[in-house]
Amino acid sequence: MGYFRTIFNIIEKDILLELKTKEVINSMLIFALLVVIVFSFIFEPGAEYKIDLAAGILWMAIIFSGILGLNKSMMNEVTGGNLSALLLAPIDRSAIFFGKTFSNFIFILFMEVITIPVYTIFYDISLMNNLLLNIITLFLGTYGFSVLGTLFSIISVKSKTREVMLPILLLPLIIPLVLASIQSMNIFIKGENIAESYKWLQLLLGFDIIFTLVIYLIFEYVIEE
Amino acid sequence: MNKIVKSIDLFAIILFIVALYFAFIYAPMEIVMGVVQKIFYFHVSSAWIAFFAFFVTFVSSVIFLVTNNFLYDDIAESSAEIGIVFCTIVLITGPIWAKPAWGTWWTWDPRLTTTLILWFIYVGYLMLRKFVDEHDKRAKFSAALGIVGFIDVPIVFLSIRWWRTIHPNVLQKGGGGLHPDMKTALFVALIAFTFLYVSLMIKRVKLSFLNRKIESLKEYI
Repeated sequence: MGYFRTIFNIIEKDILLELKTKEVINSMLIFALLVVIVFSFIFEPGAEYKIDLAAGILWMAIIFSGILGLNKSMMNEVTGGNLSALLLAPIDRSAIFFGKTFSNFIFILFMEVITIPVYTIFYDISLMNNLLLNIITLFLGTYGFSVLGTLFSIISVKSKTREVMLPILLLPLIIPLVLASIQSMNIFIKGENIAESYKWLQLLLGFDIIFTLVIYLIFEYVIEE
Repeated sequence: MNKIVKSIDLFAIILFIVALYFAFIYAPMEIVMGVVQKIFYFHVSSAWIAFFAFFVTFVSSVIFLVTNNFLYDDIAESSAEIGIVFCTIVLITGPIWAKPAWGTWWTWDPRLTTTLILWFIYVGYLMLRKFVDEHDKRAKFSAALGIVGFIDVPIVFLSIRWWRTIHPNVLQKGGGGLHPDMKTALFVALIAFTFLYVSLMIKRVKLSFLNRKIESLKEYI
């Protein structure tokens, strides 16, 4: 069984499962929308500085509901004994990891697609300015979040405190990711000088590549029984 | 072996007393900040140990994953425990110095922020170890965190530095150069702290090792 075939199969399995139960997406979606709405109480009505905080709030919504989604997604894997079964299969275990990472990535992306228009309505802030660059930032940021998030959700689900460990482990580590995403999107949304965003986008890309490589190297050893 | 350990301990104690002398008596008084500035020698040394200890955890974690020799897990764990103590010292002595020197307890400058995040990564590492029961999983998972966490630290530093240069109202730490006597005092303090670290590590690793032996005996019974 080829490496990429394995990844594809796991993604397919997860999407099929999700289409039936819709558990992961639903919990993420509701929570993201709630975050967007609750955070709007930070502002005075009609405040002009809203636009400076726009990207930040969007990413807070993505991160917090993303953590919820990651937890749910991994709990599904573990409760059925599915993860253990997968690990018995004669394939490179890191393929399983990346399969899960990409399916998490797809789910979170889907949540973003629905949350962003709602966010646009409530905050009156458009991503249409530099739309392509905004999309690139979302892709890079969400991928980095998924890759580290999946690693730590596997680790945390096997600990005594279960889901609680995930944010504790994940949040400090994704600070550069969150910072870079917010800084880039602020530039794009406010229509400022795009050249300023290049270093942030490079940071995002570098972050994604570095951690993909590192986890590819160590995952087999980490998950060994 | 025992003699070497005892000598290291003794050396650590002596060096510490020497470092105190160097910091308070040998090094000149700083004109602007006065006595408060002398925290610098212990603050910087603690920071050196905090980051070095995490580096040791990183290297140990890698070696452990490759060799499966639990001694390296002992080393990783011990270094993390000692590291967080020194990291806490940095985060406490920093603000104590900062308030009289800069007029504020805290500022989001790259070094402080990175140290704060390092502290949280340490906490995560130690919590993870506390909350995983099976010794095999505990060692492997902490190793993963030790590796990913350490690689992240320079990325965090870089990102915060870029962030801060957009908003340049950051106060620079310790303006111009150091007086040569101060450099010497700092050097002595660094060596003293390093010996302290080694001395603590030896004891802590021994403790881990024995704990493991007890655990495996318990399972046996």
